[in-house]
Amino acid sequence: MNTPNPSASIESPGSTTDAYVQIRGLHTVLGDKVLFDGVDLDIPRGKITAIMGPSGTGKTTLLRHITGQLAADAGEIRVDDKDVPRLSRKQLFDLREGIGYLFQNSALLTDFSVFENVAFPLRQHLRLPEEIVRNIVLTRLQAVGLRGAAELMPAELSGGMARRVALARAMIRDPGLMIYDEPFVGLDPIALNQVLKLIRTLNDTLGITSILVAHEFAAVRRAADHVYLIAGGKVAAHGHPDELAERDSPWTRQFFGGEADGPVPFEYPARDYAVDLGFPAGAP
Amino acid sequence: MSGSRRHSMIGDALAQVGAAGLFLFAILAAMPKSVRHFRETLRQIWFVGAMSLVIIMTCGLFVGMVLSLQLYYTLAKFGGTAALGTVVALSLFRELGPVVTALLFAGRAGTSMTAEIGLMRATDQLSAMEMMAVDPLAYVVAPRFIAGIVAMPLLACVFNALGILGAHAVGVSWLGLDNGTFWGNMSSNVEVWSDLVNGVWKSAAFGAVIALIATFQGYTTPPTSEGVAYATTRTVVSSSIVVLALDFVMTAFLM
Amino acid sequence: MTQPRRSFQVGTGLFILLGFAALAYLATQTTSVANYTEGDSYTLKAKFSNIGQLKQRAPVKLAGVRIGSVKSIALDPQSLEALVTIGIDTRFKDIPDDSGAAIFTSGLLGDQYVGVQPGGSPVAFKDGDEFILTQSSMQLEDLIGKFLVSGDTPKKPANAATPTTDDVEPAAKNP
Repeated sequence: MNTPNPSASIESPGSTTDAYVQIRGLHTVLGDKVLFDGVDLDIPRGKITAIMGPSGTGKTTLLRHITGQLAADAGEIRVDDKDVPRLSRKQLFDLREGIGYLFQNSALLTDFSVFENVAFPLRQHLRLPEEIVRNIVLTRLQAVGLRGAAELMPAELSGGMARRVALARAMIRDPGLMIYDEPFVGLDPIALNQVLKLIRTLNDTLGITSILVAHEFAAVRRAADHVYLIAGGKVAAHGHPDELAERDSPWTRQFFGGEADGPVPFEYPARDYAVDLGFPAGAP
Repeated sequence: MSGSRRHSMIGDALAQVGAAGLFLFAILAAMPKSVRHFRETLRQIWFVGAMSLVIIMTCGLFVGMVLSLQLYYTLAKFGGTAALGTVVALSLFRELGPVVTALLFAGRAGTSMTAEIGLMRATDQLSAMEMMAVDPLAYVVAPRFIAGIVAMPLLACVFNALGILGAHAVGVSWLGLDNGTFWGNMSSNVEVWSDLVNGVWKSAAFGAVIALIATFQGYTTPPTSEGVAYATTRTVVSSSIVVLALDFVMTAFLM
Repeated sequence: MTQPRRSFQVGTGLFILLGFAALAYLATQTTSVANYTEGDSYTLKAKFSNIGQLKQRAPVKLAGVRIGSVKSIALDPQSLEALVTIGIDTRFKDIPDDSGAAIFTSGLLGDQYVGVQPGGSPVAFKDGDEFILTQSSMQLEDLIGKFLVSGDTPKKPANAATPTTDDVEPAAKNP
């Protein structure tokens, strides 16, 4: 009776207890563009979930919904069993203290050294003795291999190093949820592998739930446990990356195969070509 | 066509003013939280105040010198050169000190506030703070706003002091006015509260307005390099206009 | 990290100090506060039929040297004259009690001050005493009027001019 049924929890990754983030019926219109038209999504606890999709499908917007930076037009968003759209600003800030967020462009504070950047969340929220702050920051910098760069300024770092510093800062307070917004963009293969390895190690050793937004399927395939493919305002496909790569749907074929034309059109919607060129419509 | 365009321009301007007003309320609401960021406020006073000292002192000296020179020749026509010190001090304390300092402050400190915050917006630093559960209004904007209010009157006082010294150098050392007449006449005609301190209030108000415009422009700039460039220009243009308009209103009510 | 943080704090402190120093300098050097630094003083009263543009805190001078300032100006309801209260620095306590007070203008456009002309009495003024001899402010209009009238006098009988010079009469006594 009391023994949990292991197969049940594996069979239903979408159940409330197992999902760290749960999204139901998400609708968002930005300007006159429909970004999300009924998106349902579950981010399982303790796993790395990748969210993929063509540029402009609103993956970053989705992350902003999850962290409560942007209100959706309709739909339910629950993070760690908290109803995000209904949280007060104070509660939202409390929630965010448990979320680490790695920005696309690292977003290090230009006025502060690497050390102070990583120490920033600690200094802002906790009153710790300088000794302890120093130890925590140095262990985190050591984890990303940049303890030696502690006194450098952000302007002196390469893109890959900045990304790793931002990673150290994002995880300084042991978040329950890590969000990586395109962590591989603009990195050379070496730096990409370093970041990829860090994400995987962090997840395995600390049991953090991770959301990974990325374009690079090869990298995602090595890191993620679960992939959501979002296109046309809906979840086009989801599942284990290997399984998804095998699946034969027009979306997955185009996206993972990198075909120029398909469900994601090559051409921007336009008037009839002939009309635009000045010929009468329907002329031969 | 042009009518509707003008209509939308007026609408845009009104919307901007309204948004800036709401932004002011947001800053004031974030004020209590920014008490924790006292150090950051000090740092901003250093950046906007102490870093503007050189330009303020140089300009103050020259304004005082040229004012002295111009007024000397004008007063000489009426045989009233004895009033030189008085006239220089009154025009500096009541008008030129606060206004010229404000215009210089907008150009020197206002633009750097806008560019700095705009760049923080463009490089996601503000969002990063939001995500680290740090309110950018309390950590970034409010300290700069307070720094503007604190630094401006101090800078205006330095400007005035240098202006008086410049006027003294030209009037007494160069044009040969009597030293005692210069100071004596000045001190018996200039009132502390109605002349000097009113100017200080004025400059504090200008500091608040410039800091509000500069932080607002930076905070709401489109996150592109072009957007930041435009926002910096708009900071100088709008704060110059608002300072001069506010100067008229305050002068009419205060004095 | 503590090093740069300390240095800007010190710098900010210095800047604020400099600003307040400038304010204090201006307040004490260029404004009427400069005239408050008199220390102890005793008060004298003087009645004038017309004080002209005399203002509170205007200087009081004897032989051109500043010895005090105007404390207050009021209208005496009985005599309908201006009652001017003057504060004299206690350093100048031997001013004869028959001295006169007059309102002068420094220069053509300058401001007005109270000039004290010492008398010859062996008794000095005490706190609260009143000047007996006073001379009102010289009004520019009166001056012009007097000039015009005196320019006319050779053609007219002398007593025709007397009513108009009534107000200026005491001025003739006190050069």
